[in-house]
Amino acid sequence: MKRLRLALTAILLAPLAGCNMVVLNPSGDVAMQQRDLVLISTGLMLLVILPVMALTVLFAWRYRQSNTQATYDPDWDHSTKLELVIWAVPLLIIIALGAFTWMGTHLLDPYRPIGRVASGKPVAADHSPLEVDVVALDWKWLFILPEYGIATVNELAAPVDRPLRFRITSSSVMNSFYIPALAGQIYAMPGMETKLHAVINEPGDFVGFSAQYSGHGFSKMRFRFHGLDQAGFDQWVNEVKQADGMLDRATYLKLEQPSEGDPVRHFSGVDPELFDAVVNMCPEPGKMCMGEMMAIDAKGGLGLEGIRNTLPLTYDKYARRGSVLGPEPRMVAGICSRAEAIASADRKDPPLRDASTPLIGHGLPRPFADPPSTAMTLSSATPLDLDAL
Amino acid sequence: MTEPSIPISPIFGRLTLAALPLHEPILVVTFIAVALGGAAVVGALTYFRLWGYLWREWFTSVDHKKIGIMYMVLGLVMLLRGFSDALMMRLQQAIAFGGSDGYLPAHHYDQVFTAHGVIMIFFVAMPFVTGLMNYVVPLQIGARDVSFPFLNNFSFWMTTAGAIIVMMSLFIGEFAQTGWLAFPPLSGLGASPYVGVDYYIWALQVAGVGTTLSGINLVCTIIKMRAPGMSLMKMPVFTWTSLCTNILIVASFPVLTAVLALLGLDRYVGTNFFTNDFGGNPMMYVNLIWIWGHPEVYILILPLFGVFSEVTATFSGKKLFGYTSMVYATVVITILSYLVWLHHFFTMGSGASVNSFFGITTMIISIPTGAKIFNWLFTMYRGRIRFELPMMWTVAFMLTFVIGGMTGVLLAVPPADFVLHNSLFLIAHFHNVIIGGVLFGLFAAIAYWWPKAFGFKLDPFWGHVSFWCWVVGFWFAFAPLYVLGLMGVTRRMRVFDDPSLQIWFVIAAFGAVLIACGIAAFLIQIAVSILRRDSLRDETGDPWGGRTLEWATSSPPPDYNFAFTPVIHDNDAWADMKKRGYERPLTGFRPIHMPANTGTGVILSGLSIGLAFGLIWYIWWLAGLSFLGILAVSIAHTFNYHRDFHIPADEVSRTEAERTARLAAGVPA
Repeated sequence: MKRLRLALTAILLAPLAGCNMVVLNPSGDVAMQQRDLVLISTGLMLLVILPVMALTVLFAWRYRQSNTQATYDPDWDHSTKLELVIWAVPLLIIIALGAFTWMGTHLLDPYRPIGRVASGKPVAADHSPLEVDVVALDWKWLFILPEYGIATVNELAAPVDRPLRFRITSSSVMNSFYIPALAGQIYAMPGMETKLHAVINEPGDFVGFSAQYSGHGFSKMRFRFHGLDQAGFDQWVNEVKQADGMLDRATYLKLEQPSEGDPVRHFSGVDPELFDAVVNMCPEPGKMCMGEMMAIDAKGGLGLEGIRNTLPLTYDKYARRGSVLGPEPRMVAGICSRAEAIASADRKDPPLRDASTPLIGHGLPRPFADPPSTAMTLSSATPLDLDAL
Repeated sequence: MTEPSIPISPIFGRLTLAALPLHEPILVVTFIAVALGGAAVVGALTYFRLWGYLWREWFTSVDHKKIGIMYMVLGLVMLLRGFSDALMMRLQQAIAFGGSDGYLPAHHYDQVFTAHGVIMIFFVAMPFVTGLMNYVVPLQIGARDVSFPFLNNFSFWMTTAGAIIVMMSLFIGEFAQTGWLAFPPLSGLGASPYVGVDYYIWALQVAGVGTTLSGINLVCTIIKMRAPGMSLMKMPVFTWTSLCTNILIVASFPVLTAVLALLGLDRYVGTNFFTNDFGGNPMMYVNLIWIWGHPEVYILILPLFGVFSEVTATFSGKKLFGYTSMVYATVVITILSYLVWLHHFFTMGSGASVNSFFGITTMIISIPTGAKIFNWLFTMYRGRIRFELPMMWTVAFMLTFVIGGMTGVLLAVPPADFVLHNSLFLIAHFHNVIIGGVLFGLFAAIAYWWPKAFGFKLDPFWGHVSFWCWVVGFWFAFAPLYVLGLMGVTRRMRVFDDPSLQIWFVIAAFGAVLIACGIAAFLIQIAVSILRRDSLRDETGDPWGGRTLEWATSSPPPDYNFAFTPVIHDNDAWADMKKRGYERPLTGFRPIHMPANTGTGVILSGLSIGLAFGLIWYIWWLAGLSFLGILAVSIAHTFNYHRDFHIPADEVSRTEAERTARLAAGVPA
């Protein structure tokens, strides 16, 4: 298999020696395994494609009208044996390919923490991946490194051979986070968090970009990704820390305004709750976070009173929001401060009022009848930090 | 920071003079050219007094043959528009390097690539395919027309109305800048507040009515109107593939209509189906639109698979190899095409098991498709292959399409898709199957059935020029895109900063120019053929030694197609009739019951344009009046009692006698 792979690589690369085929020659282990799957699949399919193409040319030539030497059999239209072969050969190839697909898809699932940093180098049991929080903004990339408390725009660095764990979201429209040298892409979507696990194996200066069209500034929505050795990475972190500028919510709200071709920016500090607030679509003051909203809804909702719990939209990144025939654009207002939320979530005995509320959704358990699932409790959702604003 | 709602005038809605793109010189020049060209056409039609003829004989016609031809004309006109967009993109991408912004600003470029995709799929490929099925299917099954002739005319005009709405956006306002599937939130009111997406929605909704109804019509026709003796397993393969395609249309276009209606509700009345907050979910739009979108690509390719089957058998002078497995392969593809849509968004994080399931179902489709290719191959085996134009296109298809199929299966492997999704590799792949499959097939079909439709063959010289320009141009245009995809270049980029990419884009642009020559040669071929029609004339009605029923009648066929309904004994009905020494009946003709022409389709389509225009520009009075007009005309049409007439028996015998004379004159003594 390895030989086949090498031969295929050689065939594919020979006429293209001049250009940088990053997809076929990446620098990260995940992208490398994805490359291998590309080559294996191509090789398997060529097993049937090449003979078909050769036969097409051969038959077209041999049975041309002017060649009266060739057999002519106008009524021959069926052969059970041949039909078995016709269906069986593609089937066998697809079975083989399907097996590779099943294994490869599970092994290279971007949500799955990587098991090795390179071929034959499993990750250490006590390793801690470098966490990178990615926000796709209109039209630039924001990276937050919570471990170091720093943030950057349109530039990212990572130490070689250290597993990376990305959490990815977007501020307004869909994008796709893609560093071809590192690993395959994954969408960045507003109000949702996607994950990507990867590792960079070679030092170098790579490009990353959005692979999903996202509006006018899309073409310039690119960033540099530096693979650095540990010393170089520490130096880079220090450089970022030298910058003055704190990425708090007010700064973020300015930053997320649409702009094109932004220069690299460094922030020496970052609001630790910012990324969760972006995922929950509540970096704006006074807006209820989605996690909070879902937790409330899971417990039966706010009832009729809840529909009045809205405020006119005072800030919005969009030029215009309200539809021509619809109501004024509004937002759901937060109902309690962060401190209150935490205090209430920690309380052991819920008030009688909560337990007896009739407002439960169809099919949902009665509030507090069962142990509440962790995803729906207030403490796991991110409450709004009204105090900080 | 929310801006106050834009002012809406009670008379003009949000339409102001600023909506005319006077500041964009490219559009101004285009408009002047279109206006002059349009004026010339209108002038010529008036001068030669052709309006009455066009109205009586074509626009109001319910004859499936004329409607089929009108569909093809629509597809050809829109091909010129869609291809102009392609040329503009290729030029922009070939020059926008090293800090250059190219010549198209983002606002314009983003409309160009959106319009290119929308037009090529909905208003080029769909009309071509529908037109082809419309023309050929009733002839192949020995029917006099489709099941619902008026509905057929109405469907055509609704499709045309959709095309007109798209064309209007070129000069009044703007088109969507969202990509051809208009994913929210980008297509939501927040990110796209102006008229572009509304043009998109209403053009597709109006055209979708036509497509769905035409699908219903053809399903009924094939199920109910086959000649006696033609059981399902005796239907010609093209009819089989048409049946499957129309079943796909009927089952999938309502999904598109529904999803666009939901997006429209979000944009017009402030619902939250696909918004980011208030419980909306943009991923649901992506999910739904691909449930339509994937069957759509099989809607396009299946009828062309039928064409290749007919052409290969005819020009190899053989029965089609493996008819039964061909039919089953078609049916399997039809069913499987509903189980693969998620492969368009593996990268949205569905999880490994879901991704593998959809990846593997996608690969399974390549098994019946592979079986088809082998069947064509073994039809050629031990044949006597005449390399006329249709056969040349077929061989080019076989050699091109397998590469596209291979890259398609590659993209179905989720980890491979993670590195190739949305890249130019993907663009190269689907142009590889759509140009190499659908378009090559259409050119084969046009060359094949042209003599049936018009009574003379197409000029071979210009056909060869067009063929070689297309095939070579295709590879020049798209092979570089495969390479660029492997270099990690993504789609829909307007400017580039890596100068090493430029050479590939220049090669691709050269390929696009070659294709332009191919299109020009095709137009010249038509013009030359019309001028030389007397020397290209075919009097027999069967110029290729055809095998199916459409070759049994004259070219062009009479209005009633067949004077007597034929009786079928074999799936190559006409080859079987010829073999058994079939004699044309010369006497005993009877009056033939035919549907009558009506202008209702044209009127309803015009009113639909008014309705769409009113809704797009918030001109409520226009929308309201048009809607009431549609209701009134529809109801009035139900009171139209002049729906049919009889062609008298002596007219039938006169027509048939003329054919007898022509046949006698044409047969060498």
